[in-house]
Order: sequence, then structure tokens, then C-alpha cells
Amino acid sequence: MDKGNLKEILSVSSLNDRIKALLEEGFALVWVEGEVSNLRRPASGHVYFTLKDAKSQIRAVIFRTPFSRAGIQPSGFELEDGMSIVCRARLTAYPPRGEYQLIIDAIEPKGLGALQKAFEQLKARLEAEGLFDPSRKKSLPFLPSRIGIVTSPSGAVIRDILTVTGRRFPSVDILIVPVRVQGTEAAAEIIQALGDLQCVQGVDVIILARGGGSLEDLAPFNTEDVARAIARSRIPVVSAIGHETDFTIADFTADLRAATPSAAAELTVPNRADLMETLQSLRSRMNRCLRQETRRLGERIANLSQRLRNPKRRLADIRIALDDNTERMRTTLTRLAAVRRHQLINLIVRLENRNPRTRIVQWFEKIEGLRKELQAAQESRGLQRKNRVRSSMALLDSLSPLSILKRGYSITRRLPDGLILRNTGEVLTGQEVDIRLSAGHLQATITDIRHDVIMTVSRYKEQGKG
Amino acid sequence: MSKEKFEEALEKLETIVRRMEAGEMTMEESLKAFEEGIKLARFCTKKLDEADRRVDLLLRQEGELITKPFAGEERESER
Repeated sequence: MDKGNLKEILSVSSLNDRIKALLEEGFALVWVEGEVSNLRRPASGHVYFTLKDAKSQIRAVIFRTPFSRAGIQPSGFELEDGMSIVCRARLTAYPPRGEYQLIIDAIEPKGLGALQKAFEQLKARLEAEGLFDPSRKKSLPFLPSRIGIVTSPSGAVIRDILTVTGRRFPSVDILIVPVRVQGTEAAAEIIQALGDLQCVQGVDVIILARGGGSLEDLAPFNTEDVARAIARSRIPVVSAIGHETDFTIADFTADLRAATPSAAAELTVPNRADLMETLQSLRSRMNRCLRQETRRLGERIANLSQRLRNPKRRLADIRIALDDNTERMRTTLTRLAAVRRHQLINLIVRLENRNPRTRIVQWFEKIEGLRKELQAAQESRGLQRKNRVRSSMALLDSLSPLSILKRGYSITRRLPDGLILRNTGEVLTGQEVDIRLSAGHLQATITDIRHDVIMTVSRYKEQGKG
Repeated sequence: MSKEKFEEALEKLETIVRRMEAGEMTMEESLKAFEEGIKLARFCTKKLDEADRRVDLLLRQEGELITKPFAGEERESER
């Protein structure tokens, strides 16, 4: 472009438009520091102020974004008049007024006072929000599998952590996410690193570490975004930032704050030697338990087996008792038998004494005596009788009617009753009578009765008797 | 077995020892517990005896996350 020859006449509008284009192209991203003045916060939510230094000033605006709260800047602190800041901005012009201004998208406090103020403000706000609550703190794994370390890959910090973890427990894997730990890009890199570690397999604890430095050096760890990235982490975060006396917002937000990087390593990894000792102690306790248990059981068994009686022994006892009883029984029976035998003999003797045969014999002897007596008596009686019979027969013979009949007498008997007739009155005419003669009988019928001694025999009949 | 199981194993072992010490187990239970305890102790010891570790860097390359061994570690382990 040839400036000398060309006389170009511009309207104000087009001039301003061209200025605007130049500014926007030439100052697309600038970092500028200065002091805040004329701070205004209209209802729109945008923030207007003038950034100035000792010699100059420039208008500035912070537009409200959907993500920022009214009056609060992305970096998490509240602007005040007189505050020194560093801001990231682009330049633009406003043609209607012929003014140019900074459009700021990031602010960091500058200088001790401002930083301190910003720190206090952010801390109070996040604390009120509950970001530091102990209930939010995640517990660390007992023995991590892999430790994510967000820090600078060079320098004492990483070396200390590697040394301590390696010494305490040599088999824990380490994954270092290298980041800048100071300067304007540090916060963004830390946030990115924390986010990246969420997706890495095996990482179960994160150490966020930085060595000591000024408050300004530690500024990235005092930003709201880093604090929120820590709070967002699913993996527990151990912070070790600055010196022992430094407390950053990141420390407050972390699940565990370590005074130094070495301390962070110690808190994260158990001491292998301690664990060995613990394990050894557990093993020996276990062994002792089993030994005791075994001994106790052994004693119990010994005791029980003492008390356990051999059934054979018991059997022997029973056998002895049986023998004893049998013997006693036999003795008793023998004695009893003897007694009974004695009683029996006694009875037999008594019985024998009363044997009827003896009596029978006696009776027979008596009978024999009597018989003989009887015989003698009979013999003497018989003689007497014979004599008496002889004399009686002689007498009888002399008295016999037959001898009378022989002399001619007869005997008349009424028939049929046989009454010997002595007078006539004892018969009736017509009655039959029997007349006994000395030799034979006559049967006659009465034909006439005379009551004297005449007697008529009408008829008679010899009866063949005699 | 992962390292997360180390703590589990150690806790289990502690529980077993405490239960054994309480003396409320039968002999059979004690033996079973002891056997398990020994297994756990061996597992833990094995974990403790492991000496190797990997030290890597996590890097972004064209938007992809990659890991590569950390060079500084060698100086470290030579120490």
C-alpha cells in the first residue's frame, strides 16, 4: 500500500470500523496488568471498570457468561476498586462512541494484598458451599495399585515422591502427569490432568504436589476451578503444595492434605516393613492359637481317655460277680438240700413207724388166735350138741304122733285150712276134711254131724301119701 | 489378584486371627481357619515381596492419552 500517493477520505464510521478491525486483529489476545477503578455493576450482570496504572488507563468489560455468577469473575474472586489484577483480554472498539476497550475473559489477582484478599474470599465462599466438609472426603486405599502424580516431572518434588514410595513399598506403580505448577497455564493443565487421570485404568489415588513458592507462585492452586476439579475427582486426592505452613484452596479441597510431597508419599503408601511385621505377628498369633487349641484338645482327650473305662474290665467284674453269686447260690442250695434231706429222712422214719403192714401182721396174729379159740370152742360145743341131739331124738321119737297113729289113731283136718278137728262144732255138713292115718290119707265129706261120739264117714278117699 | 485385594486379605487374616484367639471355634473350624489364614498370609507375603514397579508418564498426543516410561526413574532406581 502506497500511503504517500493515496488520498483516501474516510467517513467517521468507516474509520472507526477500520480501527475496530485493526484492533481486533492486532490484539486478539493480550495479558495486561493494572489497577481496578470506577468499578460498575449494572443490572445486565456485566462488569465495567477502568484499568489503569500510574500514567495511563483503558476501559474494560467482563461480560457475564452463562457459567459465571453475577459479579464473580471466572477466577473466583470478587473485584474491588484499587485491586491490582492481571487479566487476559482481547481489544475491541465501540464505533458509536469512538471508544476502545478490553474484553476480559480471565483475571488473576496481582500483588500480595490482592492475592490474599482473593484467597480469603474464595476460601470463605467454598467453605460456605461445603466443599471442604469432612463428609466429602474420600478415604484412601490401604495399598494403592497405581498412584497418579500431578506435578512437574522435574525437580525435587517428583524425586522425593518416587524415593519415598519406592522405599516404603517398591511394587506400587506410578503414573506421572506432567504439568506446569506455576504461571498462567498451570491451573488449566492441572484441571486437565486431574480429569485425564479419572479415565486411566488402575489409578486409585492421586497426589497433587508442588514445591514451596511465593503466594503468587502458588496461585494456580488457589483458583476455584482447580478446587472444583479436585472436588469432582472420583479418585481420592492427596495434596502437598508449598511448604508445611502454606495452605492453599487445593489443600482444603483435597481428601487429604500432606505437609510435604514426601509426607504425601508416606500417607499414600503403607510401609512394607510394617506390613511384614504385622503379617508375621498375625501368623505367629495364628500358630499359637492352633498350638494352644491342639494342646487343650490333647489334654481333654487324655482326661477323657482316663475316664473312659474299658468295657472288658467291666466284663471281668461282671464275670467275677457272676462266679461269686453262682458259688453262693450253690452253697445255699447244697445246705438247703441237706436240710430237706434230713427232714425227709425224719418223715420217712415217722412214716415207717406208722406202716400199716405191721398192724396187719398184728391183726393177722390176733385173727389166728381168735380162729384157734373159735375152733376149740366149736369142737367142744359140737360134742355137747351131739349128745343133746341124741337124747332129744329119742324123746322126740317117743312123742311122735306117727307112733300114736300106728296104734290106730288118726288125725282129721278141716280143709282147706288144715285145722285139726277136736270137736264137731268145728265143721259143717258138706265140708271136706283130710284124715291122716298111720299110713296114708283119706279125703272125706261130712254127711252128718252128731254131737256125741258117733261119727259117720260117708266117703273117704285115699291120698297116696306116707 | 489385584493390590486392592491385599487389604481385603489382610483384614480377613486379622479377623481369622481374632476369631481364633476368641477360642470359640471347634477344632475343625480352627483348622479350616488356620488353613485359610495361611493362604491369606502367603498371598500377602507374596504381594509384599514384589519389588518391581512401573513409573510412567501420562501424556496427550493429538488428543489421545498415551503413557510412556518415565526417564527420570532410572536415575532414581540406580541410587
